[in-house]
Amino acid sequence: MNDNEILFEYLLRLGDNCAILGQRLAEWCGKAPVLEEELALMNVGLDLVGQARLLLDYAGKVEGAGRDEDQLAFFRDTQEWRNFLLIEQPNGDFAKTMARQMIFDCFQYLQFEALTASKDKTLSEIAAKSLKEITYHRRHSSNWVIRLGDGTDESHAKMQAAIDELWGFIPEMFDMDAVEDAMVAAGIGTDVSVLRARWDDMINSILTEATLQRPEDTWSVRGSREGKHSEHLGFLLAEMQFLPRAYPDAKW
Amino acid sequence: MVDTATIPRDPVYDDKSIRKVLEMVKDPEIPVLTIEDMGIVRNIEFEKESVQISIMPTYSGCPAMDVIAEDVKSMLVLHGYKNIEVKTVLSPAWSSDFISENGRKCLEEYGIAPPASAGSKAAMIGIDAVACPQCKSIKTKVVSEFGSTACKALYKCEDCLEPFDYFKCV
Repeated sequence: MNDNEILFEYLLRLGDNCAILGQRLAEWCGKAPVLEEELALMNVGLDLVGQARLLLDYAGKVEGAGRDEDQLAFFRDTQEWRNFLLIEQPNGDFAKTMARQMIFDCFQYLQFEALTASKDKTLSEIAAKSLKEITYHRRHSSNWVIRLGDGTDESHAKMQAAIDELWGFIPEMFDMDAVEDAMVAAGIGTDVSVLRARWDDMINSILTEATLQRPEDTWSVRGSREGKHSEHLGFLLAEMQFLPRAYPDAKW
Repeated sequence: MVDTATIPRDPVYDDKSIRKVLEMVKDPEIPVLTIEDMGIVRNIEFEKESVQISIMPTYSGCPAMDVIAEDVKSMLVLHGYKNIEVKTVLSPAWSSDFISENGRKCLEEYGIAPPASAGSKAAMIGIDAVACPQCKSIKTKVVSEFGSTACKALYKCEDCLEPFDYFKCV
């Protein structure tokens, strides 16, 4: 891969996480447990869609093949998506949605904080803009994990089950590979493997306050970097991409 | 149809005149604020017969940005300007500190508590007291950190019991 191809791939990884999580949160529209929480989920989702637009728009320009943010969002198949497996996992109950969110918010906070120092000016600007939003997201999801974990027997059990169910999707987020290495060497990307210690501190303190058990590292799944996704992503894309694929020139 | 008779024949291409036109463009979500009050106009460039306006989004996903860009264009067209380009810039990242004094006053009169200063870290994590825009009591509490738009949080006054929006501090 040449430099532009590497940067394109890197931007897809960043942007696809935002796009797919934004879409997942939108699935809560009309179904959230309380009105205030519905507003919160839609707000966080909207921020993520905004971040995805900025990153995919830039990715399209870097690629130089004439694809814009919409082309990248609506006309790529499952194997071409680079979001973490964690991100595409179904919403489940509210506990699972918040556990998934907290795990990612803490990661994205550290990753984007580091990217504000990127030598790539556009990327550092997007990171600085997004970081203000992620600060809110992280506080919101952490508070829910704590509140439900340290809540009733039922909410505690549900939150513990959610954390246990998602735990094996975490190691993939901190993997380095040739693309990540090249981006770090170029001063554009950040070494996610070194973020793990600070992420662990954050998560441990949240879990402790939430009276939750940190699960054992007994299993892990990987594959998003090669486009090997869980079966859930296809269903999500089918819904998200239906309209532009059925009516390619539709305007809304 | 726009009444063409009202369009000035010779718009002046200078900072002051263009800014005056921009002062007439309102934020579509908070119609008491102009985009100047919001502090989202980053840059005004002009040549003999062309204008380039740079605006900053408040939030990455703010759905009002496209509308604002269109409103800026049509307001300038209405005043006879030609060759208008409106572009979005990300840097510096918009901060609620960019809202003007007049903007803060308008927000409060409209019933939205203006943002605390972002300089205060305490405000960022929601520790500072937010005064009720109705009765000015500081006995208020957060109902939800996310409100009716991306830039607002939902509060409730414990004295007058009115719920109100707080313009988030970022």
